[in-house]
Amino acid sequence: MALNREESSPLFAGTVAGTLRLLAYLALAMVLMVLDHRNGWTWRVRYAAAVVVEPLYRLAGAPSAGLHALTVAFAERKTLTEENQRLREDLLLANAKLNRMAAVAEQNQRLKELLDTQHSLELNVQLARVIGVDLGPGEDRIMLGVGANSGIHVGQPVIDARGVMGQVVHVLPSTSVVMLVTDPAHAVPVTIERTGLRTIAYGTRDGSGLMLPDIPLAADVRVGDRLLTSGLGGRFPPGFPVGTIRRVRPAPTGMFLEATAQPAADLDRSEDVLLLHDQAEPVGPPAPAVPAGPPADLAMPATSGTAPAPAAPGATR
Amino acid sequence: MNRQRIALYWFSATIAVSLVAMLVPLPTVLQPFKPYWPALVLLYWALESGERVNLGLAFVVGLCADLLDGVLLGEQALRLTALVFIALRFRSRLRFFPMWQQTLAVLALLLNDRILLLIVRSFAGEASPTLSWWFSPFVGAALWPFLFLLLDDLRIRLRIA
Repeated sequence: MALNREESSPLFAGTVAGTLRLLAYLALAMVLMVLDHRNGWTWRVRYAAAVVVEPLYRLAGAPSAGLHALTVAFAERKTLTEENQRLREDLLLANAKLNRMAAVAEQNQRLKELLDTQHSLELNVQLARVIGVDLGPGEDRIMLGVGANSGIHVGQPVIDARGVMGQVVHVLPSTSVVMLVTDPAHAVPVTIERTGLRTIAYGTRDGSGLMLPDIPLAADVRVGDRLLTSGLGGRFPPGFPVGTIRRVRPAPTGMFLEATAQPAADLDRSEDVLLLHDQAEPVGPPAPAVPAGPPADLAMPATSGTAPAPAAPGATR
Repeated sequence: MNRQRIALYWFSATIAVSLVAMLVPLPTVLQPFKPYWPALVLLYWALESGERVNLGLAFVVGLCADLLDGVLLGEQALRLTALVFIALRFRSRLRFFPMWQQTLAVLALLLNDRILLLIVRSFAGEASPTLSWWFSPFVGAALWPFLFLLLDDLRIRLRIA
């Protein structure tokens, strides 16, 4: 073992060649970052390398899956019985509600047919399992165990039993990445259920909740108001719960009201999620020309026969 | 020959494990405290066997990490290259530091790494992180003595130079 080599570890002074090499690598890294930021390269490279990368994701997800299996295996009988009982009650309640709603849905369907709209209350969904993989700090994303092979494509909304979770942002052959609604780079068009006011809910900086930074000062917004997807933007179908307003206060600029909201979905605890197959019908003005951004095949979902969605939510602010 | 091959396998294995460890999630409460494993393992190898680690290797490991992490291609490559450069430059001194001094040096290196990451993130136009984002280097430094002793012990048992 050489204690002291002349070339790369001199005792006190460094060599010029080493510094030059460092600068070359740093420059290369920066070029890569700029190219990736502009073109979104990583995911294309990763799609090509999926054969190697995906087993690694499964491997990394194994500890959390194993932990979950262990908790189930060693859970007390009493706990399980209680949970079972609770689920039964929930199901009973939900079924009772459904039965009552069936008549209303039927009526709604008839009225919709009279109005000649194609909007339907039926859901076309696919169940997906969450893989426990940490995708870097400061990013609110989860990984699902289904991918392009199961017909998943970028832009599909993801929901759980309580509300909207997010949307698919990257797809690999058998895994896909979902950006949660609490990600700072995510935005979802919402309406306030009580008043019908339309606004946009962004993810917060620390990923703990939702932020509605531009509500008009005169608007009637109260703590406890429920937020639903408005269907504008053509990404999320209308009428799904997004969250509940927790706090309303004037923005620091004094021009708007600023509200924070608690997401409706169980973002931390969901193990199985639903992927919606039908996207919202595009409504609103035609798509504006996009001067820069990700390439069209990545930014827009491949919906055939529908116009491209205006102002795709989830685009970086 | 055989010894060398074992050494190479062991070296690659530690780095591969550190990359997978980076992906393994912790419970939500502990999540901000997760150390940056690839940096720690690369630091160890840079200090203990500087012939193996060079800037090119750090760059390649960083690229692999980026490919797995999927944030920005080149981000971790940049961070790890800078980290390994500093570690290699001060290698001769860092190696003969007592453990507590070495730990402080590792803390400085990891904090420097976070600052680099912050610069890259702000150039990419991402939101500035919260306070808990800064915990990770301290946890990494606190784990350093244990990681160092563990890897050193295993290395001596495997008789890898």
